[in-house]
Amino acid sequence: MNKKLKSNLITYGMVLVAFVIMQILLSTGHISSLFKGLLVPICVYVVLALSLNLVVGISGELSLGHAGFMCAGAFASAFFTKCTMDTITVSGLRFFLAILIGAAVAAVFGILIGIPVLRLKGDYLAIVTLAFGEIIKNVVNAFYIGLDSKGFHFSMKDQFSMGMEPDGQIILNGPQGITGVSKDSTFIIGVVLILLTLFIVLNLIDSRDGRAIQAIRDNRIAASSVGLNITKYKLMAFTVSAALAGAAGALYSHNLATLQASKFNFNTSILVLVFVVLGGIGNMRGSVIAAVILTALPEMLRGLADYRMLIYAIVLIVMMLFNWAPKALEWRERYLGQLFKKTAKEGK
Amino acid sequence: MSFLSYLINGISLGSVYAIIALGYTMVYGIAKMLNFAHGDVIMVGGYAAITMMMSLNANPFVAVLVAIVVCTVLGIVIEAVAYRPLRNAASPLAVLITAIGVSYLLQNVVLLIFGSSPKSFQSVVPVPDLKLADGALTITGETMVTILSSMVIMIVLTLFINKTKAGQAMLAVAEDKGAAQLMGININGTIALTFAIGSGLAAIAGVLLCSAYPSLSPYTGAMPGIKAFVAAVFGGIGSVPGAMIGGILLGIIEILGKAYISSQLADAIVFAVLIVVLLVKPTGLLGKQIQEKV
Repeated sequence: MNKKLKSNLITYGMVLVAFVIMQILLSTGHISSLFKGLLVPICVYVVLALSLNLVVGISGELSLGHAGFMCAGAFASAFFTKCTMDTITVSGLRFFLAILIGAAVAAVFGILIGIPVLRLKGDYLAIVTLAFGEIIKNVVNAFYIGLDSKGFHFSMKDQFSMGMEPDGQIILNGPQGITGVSKDSTFIIGVVLILLTLFIVLNLIDSRDGRAIQAIRDNRIAASSVGLNITKYKLMAFTVSAALAGAAGALYSHNLATLQASKFNFNTSILVLVFVVLGGIGNMRGSVIAAVILTALPEMLRGLADYRMLIYAIVLIVMMLFNWAPKALEWRERYLGQLFKKTAKEGK
Repeated sequence: MSFLSYLINGISLGSVYAIIALGYTMVYGIAKMLNFAHGDVIMVGGYAAITMMMSLNANPFVAVLVAIVVCTVLGIVIEAVAYRPLRNAASPLAVLITAIGVSYLLQNVVLLIFGSSPKSFQSVVPVPDLKLADGALTITGETMVTILSSMVIMIVLTLFINKTKAGQAMLAVAEDKGAAQLMGININGTIALTFAIGSGLAAIAGVLLCSAYPSLSPYTGAMPGIKAFVAAVFGGIGSVPGAMIGGILLGIIEILGKAYISSQLADAIVFAVLIVVLLVKPTGLLGKQIQEKV
């Protein structure tokens, strides 16, 4: 068994073990209802962190608009579920299709955005992804879709200008978003989605395409001089990442009573980026751990009431200084050398 | 006439963006980092001014001065504590995430001190509104003061950068840190000065913004911060005249978009224009194209 396979198996195993422990705790009733409500969001954020790490860590591009893809996936899947409530009655099958549709729509957005955007570099690329994320949010926020016996009606103004019949059903109601999506998301589906995401991402990294993507990250010019098609590989990473974020969005939207576009703002994108950077850029196992801990942390600190976000901010700053500042690294090596030696080696 | 008044409002809003964008772009030019906490420094400036005026009954000018001093000190402290240790970190993302941490920190400290309910901001501008063409066109005192003060700031800042030794040192550090150090320039001091100027400008922008849109909450700084960031990139990040042009254009586009196309989609229009500009000119309007050497 080679080293990489072993490392990947540990990652899968970790997720499975965590899942089994949670299931045991759930069945014995050792989990508060507050934490129970957190299980699906944790799965959502783990998938998001993994998908963003594919862009940031493996492809080496900073994306600040990941919430935009999540938004596209969430609304597309919720829309699908609302429309097929009566035609597809098996909720499992319907949700499966909804996730696929969420992923597909997000992937289309990924391609549409990726083609022009990936010509840019560095911080300029980052700002354009931010801009696209905000545009997706804003446009969804101003969109009205209704359904009556004559079919679909659209409007960008308000719900009355759609010209619907009085018995028609408003599906997407502008800033109020979509309400009453059936709550199909469960912890088990979330964990399956995590495992699937891990499988896709880890296999992509180890494939020929993945090595090409990493070669381009390490040196764009050298990679293109040996004949790698830069646009193709960057677009591949970007689109796969968008699709996975869309699937996470579908999981997210089927866990809420109301789905509003304003949720998918810049702060959400940043939150996911924090998971990726704290977990280790390019390190998938780290992303999983960071996403779980940092999603649960603010809830765990709820007892501290108003101070919890303050503590979160301080922890974030201190962790970044401790993990990245050259001086802190030197200090760590000198005084905690034995403790960190192993992890340093693994990192290489 | 209404077009003219929209245009003037746009220039006024754009001037505020330009002042904020100057802080972004100077810091980016010299430290090569996106300072996401910049928007929250604006908010702190607003709170400093409002506290001086409401609780201590200070004169508006004194209040503005205090706000500038508070933000300048804040900028220097943030740079020294949170950013300087990470200057030579392995990944540029490290300092970016730290900046986000600082942003959360400022928001939550203000939230704990002042509470989450928005405060109504009393305008600091003692200038009466100007009515032109028999009242068909009204220019508020805030608008005039905003445009005038931003023009003064831009002229002074340009003179400072081009004519003084400290300003030249900034340009040198932005160009090449190593070479600047060999020429005897104090790099840490110069970067701290840049943060100080940027944060002082943010305080002015905060007071002007709150005078025009009189509501202040701990999250007030976030959106203007992002918009100003966009303005800085729009003009070519790292370029001082670029930030001015980018900021003013952004303000005009936003107000005209709100007036003539859709108020809900105004932000989307701003971002769409940014994307188009960057696709045509990938380093912004006045950004330098750097050739990569193999």
